[in-house]
Amino acid sequence: MSEATRKRPDLRGWVVPAALLALWWLATAQEWVDTRLVASPAAVLEAAWQAAVSGELWRGLAASLGRNLSGFALGSLAGLAFGGLLGLSRLAERLVGPTFHALKQIALFAWIPLLSAWFGFGEPAKVAFIALAVFYPVALNSFEGIRSTRRELLEVARVLGLTPTQRLLRLVLPSAAPAIFTGLHLGLIYAWLATLGAEYFFSAAPGIGNTMIDGREHFEMDQVIYGLLVVGAVGLVLNRLAAWIEARALAWRDGGR
Amino acid sequence: MSTLQASDPFRTLPARPWPTFARILRRAGAGGAGLLLPVLLLVVWQVAVERHWVSAQILPPPSRVLETFGELWASGDLWFQLSISLQRVLVGSAIGGALGLLLGLAMGLSRRVEAYLLPLFQAISQVPVLGWIPLLMMLVGIDETLKYLVIAKAVLVPLTINTFSGIRNIPPSYLEVARVYRFGLLLRLRRVILPAALPSIFTGVRFALTKGWIALVTVELLASSEGIGYLMVDGRQMFQLDLVIVAMLVIGLVGLVLDQGLALIETRLRRWQRQAF
Repeated sequence: MSEATRKRPDLRGWVVPAALLALWWLATAQEWVDTRLVASPAAVLEAAWQAAVSGELWRGLAASLGRNLSGFALGSLAGLAFGGLLGLSRLAERLVGPTFHALKQIALFAWIPLLSAWFGFGEPAKVAFIALAVFYPVALNSFEGIRSTRRELLEVARVLGLTPTQRLLRLVLPSAAPAIFTGLHLGLIYAWLATLGAEYFFSAAPGIGNTMIDGREHFEMDQVIYGLLVVGAVGLVLNRLAAWIEARALAWRDGGR
Repeated sequence: MSTLQASDPFRTLPARPWPTFARILRRAGAGGAGLLLPVLLLVVWQVAVERHWVSAQILPPPSRVLETFGELWASGDLWFQLSISLQRVLVGSAIGGALGLLLGLAMGLSRRVEAYLLPLFQAISQVPVLGWIPLLMMLVGIDETLKYLVIAKAVLVPLTINTFSGIRNIPPSYLEVARVYRFGLLLRLRRVILPAALPSIFTGVRFALTKGWIALVTVELLASSEGIGYLMVDGRQMFQLDLVIVAMLVIGLVGLVLDQGLALIETRLRRWQRQAF
């Protein structure tokens, strides 16, 4: 177990990816593999560049993100309302909780055939599916966040004679905020996954997932790989963005300590 | 005070214990209340279809779903499809699990391996399984290999992470004791590292199998001609939503059994661990 010196930027993480890239490049350049089937790194760059210049990439990206965000907005609002209701009301929890927890067991993608029967294969079905994907983590985390409000704080609120509204705004919501943000963050990750899934399963319309499925059908691996890279990059950006917003929104908590 | 309290967050906390008889009543009520909504929904659903408020094609009545379930069960078809799916999960999980365990061990034991492999691992795990499917389809076709690979990838990621962090979170004092006793690598692994990391690894196994099951459903929906996911696709194409709903229920049930069964073993393991140290 050698302890690496942590002063210089650690470049060792790049070694294996670079080697794999070189191998890929060599394999296609030397025609060890059938280049009609396996795209070369240059072909992937070329395809990505073409798509960026022609605007196809941006149109697809805009369509996917639009879908993603409308689904996220719908699902997170519904999830917040539902999780909040369950968290604040024991009655609601007793009535609806078990059903909610039971339905949660069904794998997300297993809803697709049923959703397609109800909403068709168009845009509404896609947005509904994304919203469903977001709904679960947001509802669950809001519920648990509200439930975890500390008893002492509620007692203080009682001593101070806060009204229910004040209690909700001043105490319950702030103390549930970290869990709620965790739920929203998870929701954002799920939304992107669901966007991809929606574009695979429902009817063809512009979008980055569709680019990949299209590429596969027409045996254009360059298109599939750049799609994959874009999907990874967007996921990373969304993730970072959510973490940043989360840190910003919860900054007051550290200030108080 | 009594009815309004239901919507009061104060009530949600175990602040004041209820008088015993009231608590018993409440607990009985809690179970009943949980069933109330599903039962009510089922009844409304059944009545709505029977009275033709909604078409049975869009929403097959519960009785039909139950009937279909009975038929599928009796004909052995359900079990046949399920066994194919389970076999896929088993093979895929074995591949992904073995690789994940090895990778997690290697990265956990050696900082050097970590430095070389962790960034690549993180980059690969960043892209969801779903993103890899089109590329994998082109590389290996849509046969069993595809299913095994997709499940293996889904299983590999959580298992690697949990094995890795399980080893890294071993209290340094344990390792120091091992050093004092001059344990070799094998002995250290067997006596210190694996027992200490086991709970975390097992949590990884539980996550991993759940993920693997979900991945299986996804890949069977996309490309398969048998299995429980295919049953859904088939049902959807013939617009037999009763079939779709049966498959959904089975998928949920298997997921639940996997998760709860492993959770049970996990508690056992933790109990063992408490006794061991």
